Amino acid sequence: MAVDFAFTQDQQDIFAAIKEFCDEELAPKAKETDERGDFPWETVRQVAEMDLMGIPVPEEYGGMGMDFLTWTVAAEYLSTACTTTGAVFGAHMLALYPIMAYGTDEQKAKYLPALATGEKIGAFGLTEPNAGSDQSTIATRAERDGDDYVLNGTKIFITNGGEAEIYVIIATVGQRLGVRGLTAFIVEKGTPGFEFGKNEKKMAYKSLSNRELIFDDCRVPAGNMLLTEKRGFRVAMGTLGVGRIGMAIGAVGLAQAALDAAVPYSKTRVQYGQTIENFQAIQFMIADMATEIQAARLLSYQAAWMKDQGLEFEKVAAMAKLYASEACSRVTSKAVQIHGGYGYTAEFPVERYFREAKLFEIVEGTSEIQRLVIANRVLKEYADKKR
Amino acid sequence: MNIIVLMKQVPDTAEVRIDPVSNTLVREGVPSIINPFDENAIEEGIRLVEKHGGRCTVLTMGPPQAEEALRRALAMGADEAVHVCGREFAGADTWATSYTLAQAIRQLGEFDLIICGKQTFEGDTAQVGPGVAEQLGIAQATYAIEVQIEGRKMRVKRVLEDRYETLEVRLPALISVVKQINEPRHPRLKNVMAAKKKPITVWGVDDLDARPNLIGLAGSPTSVVRIFAPERHHKGEIIEGETPVVVDKLIEKLRQLEAV
Ligand SMILES: Cc1cc2nc3c(=O)[nH]c(=O)nc-3n(C[C@H](O)[C@H](O)[C@H](O)COP(=O)(O)OP(=O)(O)OC[C@H]3O[C@@H](n4cnc5c(N)ncnc54)[C@H](O)[C@@H]3O)c2cc1C
Repeated sequence: MAVDFAFTQDQQDIFAAIKEFCDEELAPKAKETDERGDFPWETVRQVAEMDLMGIPVPEEYGGMGMDFLTWTVAAEYLSTACTTTGAVFGAHMLALYPIMAYGTDEQKAKYLPALATGEKIGAFGLTEPNAGSDQSTIATRAERDGDDYVLNGTKIFITNGGEAEIYVIIATVGQRLGVRGLTAFIVEKGTPGFEFGKNEKKMAYKSLSNRELIFDDCRVPAGNMLLTEKRGFRVAMGTLGVGRIGMAIGAVGLAQAALDAAVPYSKTRVQYGQTIENFQAIQFMIADMATEIQAARLLSYQAAWMKDQGLEFEKVAAMAKLYASEACSRVTSKAVQIHGGYGYTAEFPVERYFREAKLFEIVEGTSEIQRLVIANRVLKEYADKKR
Repeated sequence: MNIIVLMKQVPDTAEVRIDPVSNTLVREGVPSIINPFDENAIEEGIRLVEKHGGRCTVLTMGPPQAEEALRRALAMGADEAVHVCGREFAGADTWATSYTLAQAIRQLGEFDLIICGKQTFEGDTAQVGPGVAEQLGIAQATYAIEVQIEGRKMRVKRVLEDRYETLEVRLPALISVVKQINEPRHPRLKNVMAAKKKPITVWGVDDLDARPNLIGLAGSPTSVVRIFAPERHHKGEIIEGETPVVVDKLIEKLRQLEAV
């Protein structure tokens, strides 16, 4: 098994700077950021000013030229401090990554610098009303017309929708072709025929935007296509691979926040004449929480590191996403339990963490889809090892 | 615009423990930071350079581990750093410190502005900045909350106990700054990386044109007899409410105290 990712001195120095920023700037405002209900531009701008938006982007395009492992640790700290800002950060990568990985030099020169510096925010549009887990039913049409493609259709739930300026959209050049017809485009906000619809009301993340993207005879230059026609599935899968690492580590960060809230609480709450930290039942919950967080973190780091090494990382990324998201739900639930009735009130952050956790089991491939991916790979590994 | 910022590494606590026997600061186990007011000084130096161009050099006198603090100043955006370091400089009081820093500044060459924090968190004397200005024979403005530079003139708004005062001074000059002058930035990642490549010049006693009898403990006319935490004064009683009620209560209080 491939593992070798001790942090370099550069990484440690960078993590210290990110931690300081997260603790002092994001965490104290997290409650307010969540409750305000407006897109968190203030914290997003701060994150951009810290040079966090383009960590894995080459320096020639305005990024830090560091690896995905570094980006992953940054995402963890952000998610611990402010899950909403962390979610914007994660979704931003879903536009940045496909351009970085599949873009031509021209596309990279045009779009990467603004995304790397965070001057512009990105979003990724895959999901449609009738295409969630199953991407073969994507119905947003892309028809060639001269030097353009004309897009028609609707995307839903798109994180950063309406606020982002650069969108990577997965459309189809022929729905009958299933996933073989998928084709990816870079679409800029403001392109005629590209409008924003409903913003979802959600269980949590009140300040995050999750909007409909409506394409109505929207003309996109052929030069904005990523790879070629019918290679959009590859773009989508590659992007989701990185996205799963982002989701996994987002869940780790949130679970860590829950532990960081629960343990100090257990040291101050007195029942039966002693602090509840003394009860073994509480200690066992804390032990399970800390253990699951650590396991999830290591899986996430390993997936990121494998990607950096050019190794096949999809299975481990799916494992990280599956395990971390489900662990996060267990951990945040226990954090509420340790707080008792107070944990159910909005006075304490754990009720929010509990609601926020559920998302990680759904987006960028539900737990069921991750299990399918993992099982598929494992079964194949054994088939390859024919007796 | 050549700016020199004076800074010091201090233990990270507002309430430093003092060894009752030796009357010295207990540093073990206490993490070190840049003196908070000095962070404001660094921030102001960087902002002025961003606005007017030039270079911002940070200067400290301190033990080897003060390099950490200089690196942070560089990561915030200072251009270069000078570290006056050596056993001979240890034990300096504010007089010897001012002299040593002034000699280092002379050696650095031409400058337009020196910025320091209004005082350190540990010593609290607020004497080093003014001392340096005197040693160099330049104008000084302490407790600055706002500065504006036009050509060779600088307008400085000072915070005094009961009022603001605006002065105009000719450059080169020295200012000491208060916390409210700005919000020090967090080092951004690109600067954290760039700071690793920026130069830190270390000057030992042989590199500095300083008279041995004027530096360190030997050059310090002050000797510390005892250090102690000042007694806490009780906050005055605050009477709140509608004016007529407050007045009645106040009169009653004064009567009770037989003050009227
Ligand atoms: C807050 C939020 C943010 C989002 N952000 C984005 C975004 O930025 N971009 C984007 O493109 N999308 C986004 N999404 C959409 C998200 O990725 C989808 O909701 C998710 O992929 C699941 O799709 P679905 O909702 O259509 O569920 P469905 O696919 O309808 O699934 C319903 C249930 O059926 C199960 N299921 C489906 N197929 C199978 C199968 N073959 N075997 C077993 N079980 C199966 C699922 O696991 C699930 O339990 C977001 C969603 C939310 C809620």
